[in-house]
Amino acid sequence: MSILEKLYATFIFEERWRWFVSGLGYTLLISLFAVLLGLVIGILMALMRLSKNKILKAISGVYIDVIRGTPTMVQLLIIYYIIFAPVAIPKWIVGVIAFGINSGAYIAEIVRGGILSINVGQTEAGRSLGLTQAQTMMSIVMPQAMKNILPALANEFIVLIKETAVIGMVSNIDLVGAARKVQSLTYDFAVPLLSIAVIYYVVIKILSLGLGRIEARMRKSDKR
Amino acid sequence: MIKITGLKKSFGDLQVLKGIDQHIKKGEKVVVIGPSGSGKSTFLRCINLLEVPTEGEILIEGENITDPKTNVNKIREKMGMVFQQFNLFPHLSIMDNITLAPVKVKKMPKEQAEKRAKELLEMVGLGDKADAYPAQLSGGQQQRIAIARALAMDPDIMLFDEPTSALDPEMVGEVLQVMKNLADAGMTMVVVTHEMGFAREVASRVLFMDEGIVMEEGKPDELFSNPKNERTQSFLSKVL
Repeated sequence: MSILEKLYATFIFEERWRWFVSGLGYTLLISLFAVLLGLVIGILMALMRLSKNKILKAISGVYIDVIRGTPTMVQLLIIYYIIFAPVAIPKWIVGVIAFGINSGAYIAEIVRGGILSINVGQTEAGRSLGLTQAQTMMSIVMPQAMKNILPALANEFIVLIKETAVIGMVSNIDLVGAARKVQSLTYDFAVPLLSIAVIYYVVIKILSLGLGRIEARMRKSDKR
Repeated sequence: MIKITGLKKSFGDLQVLKGIDQHIKKGEKVVVIGPSGSGKSTFLRCINLLEVPTEGEILIEGENITDPKTNVNKIREKMGMVFQQFNLFPHLSIMDNITLAPVKVKKMPKEQAEKRAKELLEMVGLGDKADAYPAQLSGGQQQRIAIARALAMDPDIMLFDEPTSALDPEMVGEVLQVMKNLADAGMTMVVVTHEMGFAREVASRVLFMDEGIVMEEGKPDELFSNPKNERTQSFLSKVL
């Protein structure tokens, strides 16, 4: 078979390109919602980690330690085969939950760094005006911290796009799944796999370039 | 108004305040001077509990703020604080910097808070800066905004922690002028500063601090022209 025939079999025949489009869609969907869930968990864990309450501190410490100390794939398998075993739930949502919980541990450290990067004078100014600790955190420290960590969060999203490829262990809805479906019909490994490699690369390149632009613009607005 | 007895503060093994007794009356302008490391900033920060005293008692308008049961936030509402580094909120406009605390803490309606903020901005001579952001302003302007922000909570006492030390020399005057106006209006003030001219002109009482205690205190005329303590003499000879 010539390369053209292989490409035809991979993408055009029976409109197989639709699988790649839908696969890429699921990959992006899972990554986006996982990073959002990770952000919620991450903020919560960062605040617990920084709190004076020893129990809250310990819980988030253990969470971050365990998640960072075990492979993502193992976490996904545990969540899919053990925790969600008794319930029927769309696989992409399982992916969002698994990658969200995973990402939460990394985002917690990003958020913690962001909060600690804000000058203590900001907190003192807030408290000296009579704001409570929570009000100071919400109105003064967090908005500044979030702005500072936005690039790191966008980067986490890009990392997740690549990480979500392991969802292939439990499902074939994503981009890797599309390649495997084609492969099982054409018995050709090279074209589908190299194709998704190119797709991943292009999508991530576009996002990184966009991110670079946003960062440059943010740096400029800081100088106003 | 402020009654301090046996105030001590240690950071680890380092004892910064070694026992301070002070009674600051309503309307008094107390200026604290002394070499760096003498504990004067720590003393000021203890008054609104930014530093928690290790020992001693501080009564503000009769309330013991060193009692753990006291609501610290309520006490702080009565005291405005101005910092060396201004500490304006860089992500908020000048207007929002000033209205944040009245709206969040006092639950003041936004319109009323903004009206008051405009008055305060006029008072510090920056009526046209409501929509600007802190980074767009000079140091002197930022510090005047910081004073307006503290005044927006309508405090009974104003604390100043070296308010002009981070400023370029040509901007010191404008900030001191605002403070002078405030003093003339009858505000109770505690000011830590290196501006001896200001101390001489505005203070009702000057405290000279060194090594964690008040070494000497008195009316500015007496203390500056006829210091009794040797340490005061040596300090003043260096700065005057």
